[in-house]
Amino acid sequence: MDAPSQREVMAELGVKPRARWLGRLPGWAQLFVTNRKGMFGLAILAVFVLLAALAPLITPYDPYRRAGKPHVQPGVEHFLGTTRQGKDNFSQLLEGGRASLTVGFVAGLSATLIGLAVGISAAYFGGKTDEVLTFFVNVSLVLPALPLIIVLASFIEEASPTVIGLVLALTGWGWSARTIRTQTLALKTREFVLAAELMGESKWRIIVMEILPNMSSFVVGGFVLATIYGILAEAALEFIGLGSPNSVTWGTMLYWAMRAQALQTGAWYEIWPPAIAIMLTGAALVMVNFAVDEITNPQLAATRRVGPIRRFLKRRKRSADFV
Amino acid sequence: MSEAPLLEVRNLTVDYVGANAVARAVNGIDFDIRPGEAFGLAGESGCGKSTVAFALARLTRLPGLVTGGAVRLMGEDVLGFTGERLRRYRWSEVSFVFQSAMNALNPVIRVSEQIEDAIYAHHPRTKPDAARARAAELFELVGISPQRLDDYPHQFSGGMRQRICIAMALALEPKLIIMDEPTTALDVVVQRDIIEQICELKNRFGFSVLFITHDLGLMIEFCDRIGVMYAGELVEVAPADKILTAPQHPYTRALGRSFPPLTGPKVRLEGIAGAPPSLSALPEGCRFSPRCGEAIPMCMRLAPELRPTTTGGEAACHLLG
Repeated sequence: MDAPSQREVMAELGVKPRARWLGRLPGWAQLFVTNRKGMFGLAILAVFVLLAALAPLITPYDPYRRAGKPHVQPGVEHFLGTTRQGKDNFSQLLEGGRASLTVGFVAGLSATLIGLAVGISAAYFGGKTDEVLTFFVNVSLVLPALPLIIVLASFIEEASPTVIGLVLALTGWGWSARTIRTQTLALKTREFVLAAELMGESKWRIIVMEILPNMSSFVVGGFVLATIYGILAEAALEFIGLGSPNSVTWGTMLYWAMRAQALQTGAWYEIWPPAIAIMLTGAALVMVNFAVDEITNPQLAATRRVGPIRRFLKRRKRSADFV
Repeated sequence: MSEAPLLEVRNLTVDYVGANAVARAVNGIDFDIRPGEAFGLAGESGCGKSTVAFALARLTRLPGLVTGGAVRLMGEDVLGFTGERLRRYRWSEVSFVFQSAMNALNPVIRVSEQIEDAIYAHHPRTKPDAARARAAELFELVGISPQRLDDYPHQFSGGMRQRICIAMALALEPKLIIMDEPTTALDVVVQRDIIEQICELKNRFGFSVLFITHDLGLMIEFCDRIGVMYAGELVEVAPADKILTAPQHPYTRALGRSFPPLTGPKVRLEGIAGAPPSLSALPEGCRFSPRCGEAIPMCMRLAPELRPTTTGGEAACHLLG
């Protein structure tokens, strides 16, 4: 039986030598840039963030004012039609992204940072520290999040997106703390941590340089989940009418669409754009997470080629060893 | 020599699929394992010994991929096995003793249950009594009292755990047992003990063994024939007693010179200058040529192929023309 040469194997599996421009990037960036899912997610996110950031410059109408007749169909004048109150949907979508994305990222980032600090310290220092911190984690896990947010939201009138994000982080950090604590407990007993301790590395160096990089996919995964949670919780608050109805976010857009019975009156263009925007943001974040997984576990790079590898084996009447 | 081989390996090629390149860890190796024979694979770390073992057991995992060649078990194409046939091949025809028995046994399950599991997995209709009796029998075979069947792995010493793993490998009376450095983690006395036991069991049950270790001395004692690997290629296959006494390939000779002889006058150990080549930057021609003291210009141009030698084996070297 003849074996194909390395060059032939590479051609059949679609493994290409690294392009020259790629070689200049650091290793993790190379893996990210060549990951289709990750780049697709990043592109979607970039579009949303860019549109939101530039919203005041590019919205065709003032999103806060009446811009035409109520429920105008999508067309040349109004790209995504108008709401029941005659506000331009497209302008509202761009403007709404500002608040929704800010809330999401602020909530995601702060929940992850709190969870990371609490989880790692609890697990690594153990003993009393662990007991006290785990107590707070458990409390935050059993607190009914939504009612608490409702109460807080009614206390803080006219809250800015940043404040809402922080409030959501306060109720949403428990899960990430819990998973990170568990992960740290497992890593702590590994020999490389013991070796670092023997070599006299400081505790903070061990935490940041030895333990943290081993769970970066957990941390990023937690950030993604917390961000999605932030966006959804904010939308939920607005949707049940607890936000400020005068602000424009994806949540208030859905609130007004429901108030206007948009679906029943056939005004799909009032309800779908914010809903799809929320879904796409979540999906994009998850896709970015796939790419991060691959960076932290380079062996996954080969699983990119599972399709070609299966065809390669099938052509030779072989079966795959891996399942 | 006319006996039909149990396992034929022809031009076996294993690649590691990377993001930008494919590294060839095993480059077209050929050998046979005859029924009842112990075949050894020797070589430096990273020369592809374990990769071969995993490929033969159909355990190659991504990024590893068997890209070429054939493996035949009594004429059947092993690389084409699927589903139930593959399941039967693994363990009931070819079983495996891994390098670290400590990790192969589940710490929270009694060892009796773990041995019985292997039996039930392949013979689901076995009566509990029969499975239990078989487990006890296997324990006696490897020299552990059956009274200890219901203990947990941590209650055994390292050597005993290794023997339990060997017992598990024997459970279904396979035709071939692949032993990937089965004694590396053990001390010399236990090592010898276990090897003697395997030898005895082999003679009693007539299975074949593919034996992988760094310890050339141990290998020569235990194996009938030995294949020497270098940088993913088989450079010499020879009867075990000829590997040290009449090595044909310069690498085998150099390998032999780096082990201390147990008897005779003191000699200075030489070792082999240089390091094995990186799989991504292999030299032209013979892969050993940059480290070979006897290389001639042809060695740098043309890769030699395995050819029969006068000692009843095969070697890949231009000097043996």
